[in-house]
Amino acid sequence: MRLEPIPNPTLTRRLGLPALALLTTVIAASLLAMIAGAQPFSVLGLIIQGAFGSKFAALETLNRATPLIFTGLAVAVAFRAQLWNIGAEAQLYVGAVVTVVLGTGALAWPAFALLPTIAIAAMLAGAVVLLVPTFLKTRFGVDEVVTTLLLNFVVLLWVSMLLEGALKDPMGLGWPKSARLIGEARLPRMVDGLRLHWGFGLALISALVVWVIQRRTTLGYEMRAVGLNKDAAAFAGIPVNVVLIKTALLSGGLAALAGFSEVAGLKGSLTLDISPGFGYTGIIVAMLALLNPLGVVVAALFVAGIFVGADSMSRAAGVPTYLADIMLAMALLMMVLAIMLTKFKVRRS
Amino acid sequence: MDIFDILISASFWTAAIRIASPLIFAALGELICERAGVLNLGIEGIMVVGAFAGWMAVYLGGGLWFGVAVAMVSGMLFGLLHGILTVPFGLSQHVVGLGITLLATSLTYYSYRLALPEVTSPPKIEAFQPYEIPILSDIPLIGPALFSQTPLTYLAFILVILVTLILYRTPLGLALRAAGENPAAVEAQGLSVTAIRVGAVMVGSGLMAVGGAFLTMSAFNSFFFEMVNGRGWICIALVVFGSWKPGKTLLGAILFAAFDALQIRVQQTPLGADIPYQIFLMAPYILSILALVLMSRRAQVPAALMVPFNKGER
Amino acid sequence: MTTQEGAQVVLRLDRITKRFGSLTANHQISFDLKKGEVIALLGENGAGKTTLMNILFGHYTADEGQVEVFGRVLPPGHPKAALEAGVGMVHQHFTLADNMTVLENIVLGTAPLWRMGFGHAAARRRILTLVADYGLQVDPDAMVGSLTVGERQRVEILKALYRDARILILDEPTAVLTPQETDDLFATMRKAVALGLSVIFISHKLHEVTAISTRVVVLRHGELVAEARTRDVDKHQLAQMMVGAEVPPPVVRDSTPGDVLVQLDRVSTPDRGAAPGLKRADLTLHAGQIVGLAGVSGNGQAALADLIGGLIAPASGELRLSGAVPTRWSPRAALAAGIARIPEDRHKTGTIADFDLTENAVLELYASPPFSRRGWMDWPRARAFAQTVIDGYDVRCPGPDTRIRLLSGGNMQKLILGRVLEITPNVVLANQPVRGLDIGALTYVHEQLLAARDRGAAVLLISEDLDEITALSDVIHVISEGRLSPPFARGALTTTELGVWMAGHGFEDVTHAA
Repeated sequence: MRLEPIPNPTLTRRLGLPALALLTTVIAASLLAMIAGAQPFSVLGLIIQGAFGSKFAALETLNRATPLIFTGLAVAVAFRAQLWNIGAEAQLYVGAVVTVVLGTGALAWPAFALLPTIAIAAMLAGAVVLLVPTFLKTRFGVDEVVTTLLLNFVVLLWVSMLLEGALKDPMGLGWPKSARLIGEARLPRMVDGLRLHWGFGLALISALVVWVIQRRTTLGYEMRAVGLNKDAAAFAGIPVNVVLIKTALLSGGLAALAGFSEVAGLKGSLTLDISPGFGYTGIIVAMLALLNPLGVVVAALFVAGIFVGADSMSRAAGVPTYLADIMLAMALLMMVLAIMLTKFKVRRS
Repeated sequence: MDIFDILISASFWTAAIRIASPLIFAALGELICERAGVLNLGIEGIMVVGAFAGWMAVYLGGGLWFGVAVAMVSGMLFGLLHGILTVPFGLSQHVVGLGITLLATSLTYYSYRLALPEVTSPPKIEAFQPYEIPILSDIPLIGPALFSQTPLTYLAFILVILVTLILYRTPLGLALRAAGENPAAVEAQGLSVTAIRVGAVMVGSGLMAVGGAFLTMSAFNSFFFEMVNGRGWICIALVVFGSWKPGKTLLGAILFAAFDALQIRVQQTPLGADIPYQIFLMAPYILSILALVLMSRRAQVPAALMVPFNKGER
Repeated sequence: MTTQEGAQVVLRLDRITKRFGSLTANHQISFDLKKGEVIALLGENGAGKTTLMNILFGHYTADEGQVEVFGRVLPPGHPKAALEAGVGMVHQHFTLADNMTVLENIVLGTAPLWRMGFGHAAARRRILTLVADYGLQVDPDAMVGSLTVGERQRVEILKALYRDARILILDEPTAVLTPQETDDLFATMRKAVALGLSVIFISHKLHEVTAISTRVVVLRHGELVAEARTRDVDKHQLAQMMVGAEVPPPVVRDSTPGDVLVQLDRVSTPDRGAAPGLKRADLTLHAGQIVGLAGVSGNGQAALADLIGGLIAPASGELRLSGAVPTRWSPRAALAAGIARIPEDRHKTGTIADFDLTENAVLELYASPPFSRRGWMDWPRARAFAQTVIDGYDVRCPGPDTRIRLLSGGNMQKLILGRVLEITPNVVLANQPVRGLDIGALTYVHEQLLAARDRGAAVLLISEDLDEITALSDVIHVISEGRLSPPFARGALTTTELGVWMAGHGFEDVTHAA
């Protein structure tokens, strides 16, 4: 079997194959739902309805999409430069910790000063967390896939330690939970009366900023060059290691904003379960978006919709919620395959 | 009991070898994949699959070794998927691996929920029991540690020897190593790089699944979520630490497991009581990172690891 | 060497045709190989020679036509089939695993995979016999990574002989050898023929073709345009058959050397793995002069190129630019000093395959005005620059937004050439600038280098091709294991004498004098 490049793929091919990938995912999910005893073809409908069918559902989806946009952007930025940031989860939590440390009364500032300060501090913390594995990569050649992964476990344990110790809510009932944020440290609602907080707006703005950086700035050009061909970039004089460090700063910062947004926008305090794997799901979002920042927004909405819809579908049809994860994993694998097939033809040897 | 007492107690070393066993299987599996040139990030998910599949087979009435075989086959199936996507189709090994981990884990959890919908505490099976090898197990200290383990642990040690022999003393091992060093050399000698790589990933994944099955069929006797808990990722570090050699990887696994066993016991000492338990739980992961940094300088990475082979591209 | 008329036909290619998309690489090619013959498959880069041999060996499958070996049709598409039929191939880019021994590389794939144990003792005996019979000196237990290029080629040949090849294919075998090693190779080939083998070797070097072959087959643009007995044709006729017209050699006017622009004064750099660093090298580049660096790849050319190109700094000794030692040395500092670099590998270090022509054109210049200001890219300016390069340097392409991956090697090289020459550099570092290019692109690149030199630039030409060096250079140095010979004026040494230096002789006096 051989792969032959196609010089000018038709539009049918470029749109049809990804559509086919998604269709395959839906069919597989329906079959699995059938095994669980549900009506197979109702699954998709229930998910869509659960995600967008009511104002409440739609807002829930947007809220769920917010951290995914941040982590998706973080991963997309890093992967573009061939920096395999699997540690967005750790960076998210560190951002959340900083939010709580600064936002529960330590700084008694008005909101317009406090919120940006906390956001920037969170970003710096997240950047530092990614900087360690990146430094190990540039200096010692250690593969960052494993180091960022392992750090996720370390940071999570550290947060658990903090929540039972230094950050523990003195007025709580003994649960490992932080104190509540003061009012000035809370992200306001985007529209009065709707459960949608400014984290979502911030996420959209971030996507736009990343897009501009990638397309219009020298940094974006450097990140793309380093990601596509490190040797050619170095030969041409691009400072590869500096670019990787800058990429890590941006990526870690974005992931930390997810933590900031969840605590300051949604939850108001920090618990250990604040992230059901947003950092890892961000990888799926980024891959489905083909590492395009604007695509990340779309992919995040899609993925959030699947999760929110699956929760509701699960209650309605008795199918375990893990179906959502299965669908995402399949969508990821099928999409990557489909994208390759839009560019290459399969030929017999 | 202080640290020194712990280190010379037979129960400590017995625990260490037991903790090392799933790591040995999975790390050997990853080693085989990487030696052939394929990074298999599906290891974490495949261990979950093996843990569940093997346990389930026994829960439904099969024998223990039948369960091990079922675990192995399910691992091989995921390995086949990984191999097909990464070798002939040439997709990114990072992405496919992570996708397979997610797919395998979520399929497992889904199946578990479907199979046992209303359980409050996880049901148990009759797991492997330790089998004391006569005479050898009476040797002080290493006797119980090495020779009073369950049959699966003995299998792990035998596999280390077997993999070493095959890798270095057979034409198959030579071809596998060559596929990870220069696939063009393999192709030019009339062998199929695709067949070798996909085969290696399948066999390696089978071993990873057996490593997972060890958890539910030997170390413990039931399956619960979050059981594998990052062991797969640690095995990736172990392979680097062992310089892609089976013997060194075995030593790395035992060393690592010893630290893990140590931290559990130190928690009970007066010294340990003052330190939050999370610090102890962090130790394995931090150690793995340190191991990677230490070995990175001298690593003899297979030259064609993660380089896709395009047949006929000249 | 003579062959009798009516000797056995061992290999027959019958109307072989192969297309890659819209490009026809081989069109209806047919010829025979008789026992004991040495056929030279001649043609310029891109003529289809390697494709044809890859079809023969099974790396590719022909779209039409078939191959017969010893009278039997060869199943296409599997090197295994070719190997079993007795065809062995010595590839241009060696198919060897560096981290394994010579023995392991040779026996790879020769024993059934399911067998336990090796039989290494028997294999070693057999290899040593072959070494003796064919004069291919090499240690079976040496790691391939530690061998020289010439030794590696011997391992490639042994691989084929170990498998009882009766037909030997050699793809550009002399490209990486010194003249003496080439003679050794020819001696091996004669021995092989005497022992009953038949040989096809690919080349574009006419003097080798006339030296060793019995018959010549000429390919041009994928078609077989001529076939003759070697003794019936001369080099001019061959050149004409290869290219279709008489190609005049480049006109090199005499030059008067100008100021010293670059000077290496006893520069040493550390070894990098198997690649030697420079050892107390002295080199002077004058304005208006072409300095040619002759030598087999892997003798320190990379260290010299990286040094002048700004990628590494001297560990000892001095690098001086117009008399002054640069305070900080980096690719950007080199660019600022007016040094233009054409890298050795246009795919690996010269271009970024998935970037378009615009993005590739500004790869070295993007960080300063007019292409960017304070971090913001000016893409219209960049595009205009790319268009200037495309128009000025004959880059055939759909436009500046085309991904460079779609261009041919020659056009890629012209873009690289254009982007570095367009800013009128003082120094041009050309590292293997015409490797793999067809005659049209090759001639163009040479013309541009000569034009740069006539304009007053200093040109350093690094090349494996001794003919290219002797044709273009005003001054020649030889590099061997990181040591530089003294400069030789044009015409001062014969090719053989240069070959002696390339083999490492003569340097003892150099290092003592330093």
